[in-house]
Amino acid sequence: MTSTVPNPLALIAELTHRCPLHCVYCSNPLEMQARANELSTEIWSRVFREASEAGVLQADLTGGEPLARTDLVDLIRAARAAGLYANLITSGLPLDEAKLAALVEAGLDHIQLSFQGAREDTANEISGTKSHAHKLRVLDWVKQHRIALTLNFVIHRCNIDQLEEMVALAESSSATRIEFANVQYYGWAFANRENLLPTRRQVNDSAEFMKREQERLRGKIRLEFVVPDYYAKYPKPCMGGWGRKLMLITPSGDALPCHAAQVIPGLSFENVKDRSLGEIWEQSSAFQKFRGEDWMQLPCKSCDRRELDFGGCRCQALLLAGDASATDPVCSLGPLRPKIDAMLTGINTAPSPQVFVKPPWLYRPNPA
Amino acid sequence: MIPDPNSRPRLAPGCRLGENNNQRVLLMPERALRLNGPSLEIVERCDGKHTVGQIVAELQKIYSKAVPEKVQEDILGYLALLHDQRALDFDL
Repeated sequence: MTSTVPNPLALIAELTHRCPLHCVYCSNPLEMQARANELSTEIWSRVFREASEAGVLQADLTGGEPLARTDLVDLIRAARAAGLYANLITSGLPLDEAKLAALVEAGLDHIQLSFQGAREDTANEISGTKSHAHKLRVLDWVKQHRIALTLNFVIHRCNIDQLEEMVALAESSSATRIEFANVQYYGWAFANRENLLPTRRQVNDSAEFMKREQERLRGKIRLEFVVPDYYAKYPKPCMGGWGRKLMLITPSGDALPCHAAQVIPGLSFENVKDRSLGEIWEQSSAFQKFRGEDWMQLPCKSCDRRELDFGGCRCQALLLAGDASATDPVCSLGPLRPKIDAMLTGINTAPSPQVFVKPPWLYRPNPA
Repeated sequence: MIPDPNSRPRLAPGCRLGENNNQRVLLMPERALRLNGPSLEIVERCDGKHTVGQIVAELQKIYSKAVPEKVQEDILGYLALLHDQRALDFDL
């Protein structure tokens, strides 16, 4: 590696876009890859070796639903053989006891199980599938193994009032970590944002709750909380900075600096079928585009926070400012913050949200 | 928390030592810590066999030029930090 480009630390391996769930905030792109375009076991195994050589420590096996791949056990074995920490991000739906045992036997280090709520009706509505009851069974099976477990809850207006029940669910399991991630508004979530954005009061209450619970659970469960950036004063350091820490490989092998990068016009992505992962990381124009500070506009360019948040999220800038090089519009120092505030005013002055009246969700379909 | 000198720390499920480009690391869910010198000496002994007291005694020998009380204080602080990160369990 050249000394000017920092190592990637984690590889986000989107093994497939196929998924039994249809979550209304799915982070997959609106245009999904068909099964026929998915990378083979051999190519993924090579990608894991190249990632490790480039300095990557952790492989996040995700999707879609990674268990939709029949070769997942082999892929976990390959990730471990390459020296990577094997992390599975799953809905748990295609899992049974024997499959779980096989994954653990292959070297799975950590399972991150997604929940759409603490209550069956909310969870099934958000995922567009009868999924919740099976996830509870998975929690029992995981207890039989010496493996790390994270419960992942994606938080939004319809489930943010269930946080206490979610923590109780985690405490009844073998989880050592809970991730409360507020919805990030791209792709499917952007399309459904009117019905997902929480109110200011909900956000404030939840922040207080998180602080209390982090203290209470200290030493037992690590509780991590991603604030909803529409309500934040400053933008998030998206992906830890463009091309600084993370690399995402799509099911067909395109190498992206973040989940949503394909929405940015003019970027061209290289494919791991054509070039080594290390070369792509260092040299591909998509990774170079927003690396460092040369691309920044005012106020980012002269801002003291530019090394803290790297100007925020490029995809959010594109979606809301129409310019991927603009300051992230959620930034209170940026010129477009009033646009976000106008959106929030609408949400916060509307009559209180009726959770049991089913909104007109745009559900994520399945690729061919 | 203050680790009990008689307890035996061991890496929690999903936490293990790894290596990349000759750098030893402690791998854990969504996180990795670079281990060098004393931090590596400590984590290598978190095997469920060494007691906290034994770890302190062994490191005081290795770092015999340092003030023994300071070595102990640093080790207890580091073990407590790893415990808060959920990287260690303590068997009694």
